[in-house]
Parts: sequence; C-alpha cells; structure tokens
Amino acid sequence: MDNYIKIEFKSKGVNESLARIVVAAFVSRLDPTLDELADIKTAVSEAVTNAIIHAYDDEEGVVYITCELNGKEVKVIVEDKGKGIEDVKQAMQPLFTTKPEEERSGMGFTVMETFMDTLEVISQKGKGTTVIMTKKIK
Amino acid sequence: MKRHFNTLVVTLKGELDAHYAGFVREKIDNEILNSKVKNLIFDFSRLEFMDSSGIGVIIGRYKSIKAVGGKVIIVKPNRQIKRIIDISGIQKLIPVNDNLDEAIKKLL
Repeated sequence: MDNYIKIEFKSKGVNESLARIVVAAFVSRLDPTLDELADIKTAVSEAVTNAIIHAYDDEEGVVYITCELNGKEVKVIVEDKGKGIEDVKQAMQPLFTTKPEEERSGMGFTVMETFMDTLEVISQKGKGTTVIMTKKIK
Repeated sequence: MKRHFNTLVVTLKGELDAHYAGFVREKIDNEILNSKVKNLIFDFSRLEFMDSSGIGVIIGRYKSIKAVGGKVIIVKPNRQIKRIIDISGIQKLIPVNDNLDEAIKKLL
C-alpha cells in the first residue's frame, strides 16, 4: 500500500460533510477528474449516512474511515459498531429502506455500487457493518 | 424561496445530505402550507453536492404537490446531482430543465 489515512468521528450528521472533504482531499493526490472526485464523495456520503442513521439509529457511536491509495486505486473502508444488517442482500436491493417514514430513498447502496468500481458489505447483527469500496482513478 | 404566482421556487445552496435534509424539508413544507402554492421548482443551480437524501426530499415534496394537482420541476442540477437523479429514476416523474425562467413559464 502506498499511503493511507484513518479517521474516526462521533456519529453526528454534522460530520458527514467533513468525512467527504477529508477523503476527497486525500484522494486528490492521485490527480482525479472532478467527476471521479464527486463519485467518491457521494459514495462516502452514502456509507457514512448509513452508519449514522441506520447503524446507530441516531444514537451515539463512532464511525471509522480508512482510505488507502495503491497505485491508481482508491480503497475506502467505512466501519461502524452499530446494530448491523440482518439481511445484507435485501438491504442492497434498490429502493429497500427500513425508514420510509423519514423519506429515506433506499438508494444508498445502489449509489455506492454505481459510483465506485467495487462494493463489499460485511455485517453482523449486533456487531456492526463494514463497507469496502474501491475505485480506479483513470 | 420565492413565489411566482402559484409556483414556489426553492433555491438550494451548498450541500444537501442527510444532515440538512430535515431542515430543508421543514422549510419547504411550511412554505407550501402557508402560502398555498400549487407548483414547486427545485432550483439546483447553486447546489454543489447532493446524495440520495436529496432524492427523499424531492420525492416527498412531489407527493404532496401532486396531491393538490400541482407540478414539480428540477432546474439546473450539476453533473454529480444529475447522475443521482438519473439513477433514482425520478426524472420519469419530474422533468429536469436547464433554464429557470423557462421552467417558471411552463407552470404559469
């Protein structure tokens, strides 16, 4: 691995924008296009939103982000120690949401999948969720 | 927010994510209720970033506007926001326009 950063922050919505900016700033050294950078920011935003809103259900927790650079590849790992996802396959279906009353669109994983090259979701009920995403900068 | 006859134009600035979605939702809903507008335009010309939380905000407002027989138009989303809109499929329900004046005229 050429380089990496690790950050952790309280699961507060106000930290979402910070998470996007930190990852984008770190990835900038690979000289990505504006579109590539926007893709990564959006995917990070979705993963962090999931951790704050779903994993911790607006209760206090910690969100961990690791960003690795390997050649031209970016790997972003977003991790929480929240309630976990019972059925990952179902959660990844487009438009599936457990919170329709809060107007959640159920598109988080679809956006991550579309904007990044690979997406892997590992979750254990009661233990937490890890989202691993990669994208090659062209 | 500005009103053109019975059309409410909501100009959003900066970034729309889960954190700000609740605030935006409340502001728009209050205005729709108080000013009794029929149509709604989301002016995204000054919005720099939006994630799927924004889609929730748009669809929620679309439902209430549609219930009173009104129309919703999205104006000038940037490339990143346009991609989110495209993935969501909401452009099948809500037209996307590149010109605010044209959008307002369409709803007159």
